[in-house]
Amino acid sequence: MKIVRGGRLSLLLGACLMANTSMAQEGDVARGEAASATCVACHQANGGGMNIPGGESWPRLAGLNADYIAKQLHDFKSGERQNATMMTFANMLNDQQIADGAVYYSQLPATPGQGGDNADEALLARGQRLAERGDWNAYIVSCQSCHGPGGRGVGEAFPGIAGQHAGYISAQLNAWKNDSRSNDPQNLMGAIAKRMSEEDIQAVSAWYATQPAAEGEATQ
Amino acid sequence: MSIVRRHKIIALSSTVLVVGAGLSFYAAHAFAQQEERADAALNQLVHEPPTMEDLEASDLHPELKKVIRYGHDLFTNTQQLRGEYVYNDMNCSSCHLGEGRVPFSAPVWAAAITLPDFRGKNQHVNNLEERIAGCFAYSMNGTPPEYGSDEMLALSAYHQWLATGAPMYPDKPIYGRGFPAPEQPEAPSYARGEEAYQENCAICHQEDGSGHYESGEYVFPAPWGDGSNNWGAGIARVETMAGFIYQNMPLGQPRSLTGQQAWDIAYYINSQERPQDPRYTGDVAETAERFGPTFHNRSLYGQTREHDGHVLGDHANFGEKGDIQPWNVGMPRFENLSEE
Repeated sequence: MKIVRGGRLSLLLGACLMANTSMAQEGDVARGEAASATCVACHQANGGGMNIPGGESWPRLAGLNADYIAKQLHDFKSGERQNATMMTFANMLNDQQIADGAVYYSQLPATPGQGGDNADEALLARGQRLAERGDWNAYIVSCQSCHGPGGRGVGEAFPGIAGQHAGYISAQLNAWKNDSRSNDPQNLMGAIAKRMSEEDIQAVSAWYATQPAAEGEATQ
Repeated sequence: MSIVRRHKIIALSSTVLVVGAGLSFYAAHAFAQQEERADAALNQLVHEPPTMEDLEASDLHPELKKVIRYGHDLFTNTQQLRGEYVYNDMNCSSCHLGEGRVPFSAPVWAAAITLPDFRGKNQHVNNLEERIAGCFAYSMNGTPPEYGSDEMLALSAYHQWLATGAPMYPDKPIYGRGFPAPEQPEAPSYARGEEAYQENCAICHQEDGSGHYESGEYVFPAPWGDGSNNWGAGIARVETMAGFIYQNMPLGQPRSLTGQQAWDIAYYINSQERPQDPRYTGDVAETAERFGPTFHNRSLYGQTREHDGHVLGDHANFGEKGDIQPWNVGMPRFENLSEE
């Protein structure tokens, strides 16, 4: 389901739901660690995930914004974000466990991104250019204009992408490009991803995989 | 409250036709060559400015390249001049998107090929440096670097280099110049504007218009308040703001809002407070009247906000710059030239 622009009512409802999630179900780190038993097979005990060339990479969760993680889990459950594997695992978690798990992973120290080491200099240079300046001839705005300086994330809506695995970043950009992912606010990511070439996607994925994730974004 | 709507130039009505040609074409290549364009018959000057990669590959003198690079850096990270020449949260590129190159986002190379020229806002002939100085005094709520200074030379060099290959004083309208406003079916509405703002803009610019910082670093600019441009900035005029929004917002989705939404949001944003106009005489009504014909007739400055009776601009808050007076504002020019 694709929501380009919700009405005011849906915005307010969304805000209420969000408030419920974070207040009535305030996450707890210790409970989150227990809940994370469901997740560690793929996302690893340290939350570092794994880059899997040619397969489905498992994203690093450690250090990501807790509200962002929680929203993704709710979206997997509702089908707003589609992924067969994650729908299965997200359905094993109740709302409280989602809140707890999200807070738990958010406070783990970020681990380095994988999958960018073998990229050649030209590809990394193109990735850096797209990340910092965009390519306005194709109306591709810079990644950092929303994901923030260094791609380290802005609030709960714009996740940190620096230090994420290249395979995961490119899979997500391709998913937006072919409309199999559309749970971003106001189609902000989808509109850009559709203008990116395969080389653009490889370039930004490799670039951000080699960049450090912020330490400051880990806590709420 | 009424807004005087004005069809400014012939180019405006022709760009509306371009808009009709469709977003997908525009987005696919923002700088399509003239012979490939469906609207080539409009006979406009289409100029694709060089990129920073073109600069590196060019035969320009290495020292000039350094200065142009510095100009680009100042343009896209103007916050490095915060507290010296800049006293709000803006960069040049906050309004002139895409490094000042992009059509319909007031591409700045146009100034380099049309100036010196008479400017209605200050009623005399301005050159490129004086035009840039105006941005510092109003849009950056600051005070300009001196004419001929390293900063001013670097910024003007960047502007002129972007114009590489474009003719001086062109005899055709410039494609994508300024922020052409869309058609406005109905008079703008504050209430509709507020709703559309919260729905489409607040996720980045915040419900209270304060913009967004992350770890102390600027990300999304403030559309109003002390972090924003002051009352004398061009975008404080509703028509200009409507054009900016329609042609450029939400970021990455030009012309995705209706013309009416763009006007409503512009009306809402420009009905909020911002730092005082540096031309303030000490009295908002007097200031609004004195600069009405050349400027404020198209802003809401000095008008009374209907829902709460607030008089816009009726304050002595100059924002972070305090009592610093931009030295270029009101500077007399060409007083010795005789009337013809």
